[in-house]
Amino acid sequence: MLKTTWYAVVTAAALASAPLAATAQTAGTIKIGVLHSLSGTMAISETTLKDTILMMVDDINKKGGLLGKKVEAVVVDPASNWPLFAEKARDLLSKDKVAVVFGCWTSVSRKSVLPVFEELNGLLFYPVQYEGEESSNNVFYTGAAPNQQAIPAVEYLMSPEGGSAKRWVLEGTDYVYPRTTNKILEAFLKAKGVAPEDIKINYTPFGHSDWQTEVAAIKSFASAGKKTAVVSTINGDANVPFYKELANAGIKASDIPVVAFSVGEEELAGIDTKNLVGHLAAWNYFQSVKNPTNEAFIKQWHDFIKNPKRVTNDPMEAHYIGFKMWAHAVEQAGTTDVDAVRQAVYGQKVKAPSGFVEIMNTNHHLSKPVMIGEIQGNGQFDIVWQTKDTIKADAWSPYLAEDKGKVADWSFPWVCGNCTSPRYTD
Amino acid sequence: MSPSPAIAGAMVPSRAPRERVLSTAKRVRVDAAGLAAMLFFLLAAALPARADEFAALVSALAADGFAEKQQAVVGLGKLGDGRAVAVLTALKDGRLIMAPDGRVLIAAPVKPIDPVTGDEVSDLAADGLERIRVNNRLRVAIEGALGELTLFGADPDARLAAAQDALRHPSADQVPLLERAIAAEKSPGIRAAMEQSLSAARVLSGNKEERLAALRTLGATTDPQIKNLLDQFRADPDTDPELRKAADTALSSIENRLWLVGLAAHLFQGISLGSVLLLAAIGLAITFGVMGVINMAHGEMIMLGAYAAYVCQQFFRAFLPPGWIDAYLVVAVPVAFLFAGAVGVALERSVIRFLYGRPLETLLATWGVSLILQQAVRSIFGSPNKEVSNPSWMTGGFDPIGGFTVTWNRLVIILFCFIVLGVLALILNRTNFGLQMRAVTQNRPMASVMGIRTARVDALTFGLGSGIAGMAGVALSQIGNVSPNLGTIYIVDSFLVVVFGGVGNLMGTLVGALSLGIVNKFLEPVAGAILGKIVILVAIILFIQRRPRGLFALKGRTAEAEA
Repeated sequence: MLKTTWYAVVTAAALASAPLAATAQTAGTIKIGVLHSLSGTMAISETTLKDTILMMVDDINKKGGLLGKKVEAVVVDPASNWPLFAEKARDLLSKDKVAVVFGCWTSVSRKSVLPVFEELNGLLFYPVQYEGEESSNNVFYTGAAPNQQAIPAVEYLMSPEGGSAKRWVLEGTDYVYPRTTNKILEAFLKAKGVAPEDIKINYTPFGHSDWQTEVAAIKSFASAGKKTAVVSTINGDANVPFYKELANAGIKASDIPVVAFSVGEEELAGIDTKNLVGHLAAWNYFQSVKNPTNEAFIKQWHDFIKNPKRVTNDPMEAHYIGFKMWAHAVEQAGTTDVDAVRQAVYGQKVKAPSGFVEIMNTNHHLSKPVMIGEIQGNGQFDIVWQTKDTIKADAWSPYLAEDKGKVADWSFPWVCGNCTSPRYTD
Repeated sequence: MSPSPAIAGAMVPSRAPRERVLSTAKRVRVDAAGLAAMLFFLLAAALPARADEFAALVSALAADGFAEKQQAVVGLGKLGDGRAVAVLTALKDGRLIMAPDGRVLIAAPVKPIDPVTGDEVSDLAADGLERIRVNNRLRVAIEGALGELTLFGADPDARLAAAQDALRHPSADQVPLLERAIAAEKSPGIRAAMEQSLSAARVLSGNKEERLAALRTLGATTDPQIKNLLDQFRADPDTDPELRKAADTALSSIENRLWLVGLAAHLFQGISLGSVLLLAAIGLAITFGVMGVINMAHGEMIMLGAYAAYVCQQFFRAFLPPGWIDAYLVVAVPVAFLFAGAVGVALERSVIRFLYGRPLETLLATWGVSLILQQAVRSIFGSPNKEVSNPSWMTGGFDPIGGFTVTWNRLVIILFCFIVLGVLALILNRTNFGLQMRAVTQNRPMASVMGIRTARVDALTFGLGSGIAGMAGVALSQIGNVSPNLGTIYIVDSFLVVVFGGVGNLMGTLVGALSLGIVNKFLEPVAGAILGKIVILVAIILFIQRRPRGLFALKGRTAEAEA
């Protein structure tokens, strides 16, 4: 039976390739869950976030732990598979009994784990910029909502400083984040008096690799005489071929600037940026920000990962803020009990690498600064514009008719994420 | 609760980060320098041309705000001083720097150069130099200014680019400039481009005869921007009826041309997509088509090839003179072929040979191998994408007929793809190995009886298919990601092409790939990328229902027996 054995060995090895670091429960430790894809399409972005949390855990343990106990990270691999996210989340909460989970990247993975966290009253820190339209009692959103990223970016491109764009291409990957963001942006642009024929919305599948048609269409849309800008919500792997096609087709940032919401330092590391200088990205943090907190953050990262060439990016900074806030809240509450910690998280302030003091609001979102960066030849961003102060996130967009009157506020008397009148009255 | 006023109120130029960077003392100097520069600039603008006007404008480039910098750039363009070209080009490329004392210098490999005197500056420490930042608005101004300056420059490519650039924003004040440039121009090609731009500018100004002539000239172009210009011109209610008629004639002629250009563009894009599909599928046409192995690890062979290209690039960067870097791709092709081929042979010897004739087990086993290979690459190189840059001869593109760009990387890939296919056809049909290969795959026992070492042929055939997949990976690294998931993107498309074209037939693979590519690219503008893909999948399912063996079915006793 040699043949069968071979096949069995091979497939078994393949199926077991998902690493699992569940260890036996030890007394005197606080367990936290890390729910990031370490294989599959999203591994590119999420592996770094796993390492960020491990770095923070390492740091806190060196400083004596939390409540006198050691913090232990339980790392699981949901393998870029959305239903598996929910399964792994359930394991983390009910089997490993973790105090908090740091995880998810795509909105669809967050939507997949949301019912689990609500059912088991878990706590999730979600570090990525997203489309808003959500506020759960069990999730803290440490990335940007649309009014902290997409809308300021479009306003910048509309201003004389940004080139006074009059015509807009909204180019996105076909899933919930780009669709919702573009819906908000379209409503916003129309509210600003942009004519419907000056807005072009196009979607492509995940991992789209042949951008010839789309780039040609952008070129011809832009030839109508008005200054045109592209707002890109293209996600993940599809960005590299898009930018390569753009560069080779001779589209320069001075002709048609592209502002991206999912392209950061980590993504640029896979692209030759010589021909992309001047294209833009909007984030709440860039590695090139100059301040002592950021320098310390970058040094901590390089020391931990033992590679001085690795970059930092916005979602990493969000995890840094989220972890610090959670740790402060646990110290303050004196327990890891979810209900107590949640109350203590509200109003937590962290001096962030962005150079601002960021605060957690009762709508479970942060107040963050907004920055626009220009891609440079060395794969970093030059900040060309930024807000003076932090901006509070809107969970519900004031530009969408269906969001009229919706309030996200988890403090008394509202105590809800999606309602039009308070839950409690005096 | 609208956030808009708050955001609009918070909109400030990007001074904040710089303010934090600079120490207070330094800031005062900078502001003083900026102020002095502005003062100089204002004086210079008020007085007739002065000797130090150029110097004043150059130092104004170091101003704090982008608006002041822009004024200085426009001023430099108007001045017509030849030295400005170097300054503006340096500014655009991020090579213009400011010394701590406020002097504006051009960064050079050894020592910075003073743009006013052209001398090297040696009294500076390396630190404390700050790059002068630009933004897109400034880049537009720089290009405009450079365009005006380079129309008379010595570099013919720059003159051509400037002439074409003028076409993009025609205005009445370009007319005298272009007329002078045409009078001075020697090269007929560049003069033609200048005349076209002049026509566009004249439509906006000039008398009736000039405008009529200009409209006739513009009718022979294919630029969508000219079409747009004419659209606006004829929509203007003040336009003379005779001129409007001429504009209509020009417009319909441009539209006809644009339609043809669009057709050519779609055809090129289709062939390009087809060639990518073909490259990805040729290897599979051997392992699956000829040998009948359902090879789910085929995509990973492509991925290994792409990583081989990455490794070659890094080797060239690290160990060889910088001038040789453009050759790395040429070296990468055989390296990728040998490496992926060797992995293929190892895979065949260790796994697949035990599974011949058992397609389901092969499918599972090779899928397992694909996961192992992906994870191995992820462990060695890490999961982030690797940067593989196009060599300079594959960067950019050219515009053959006006209106669409043929990019060099795609053109090279199309050629490469046909060379690979041609060489493979030669190997299969003209060499002893090819003969043995065909014999073994068509009738194994008989081939064995004739003295062919079938096991060895199997291994080599699988190695050949894998090696070709590796070469495909080198090509694909030039247009897309190099990541551990690279293969998964192409595996489905590869199977689609081979099944559609007809299993066991290279010609079928060729026709299948090209027709899928072309149909896809003609559908995409109409139906969108997602619907287009669905339509094609449905069409293929229907087609396979009617012709289960694909476009080019193998005929003969062996084919019958296999079916």
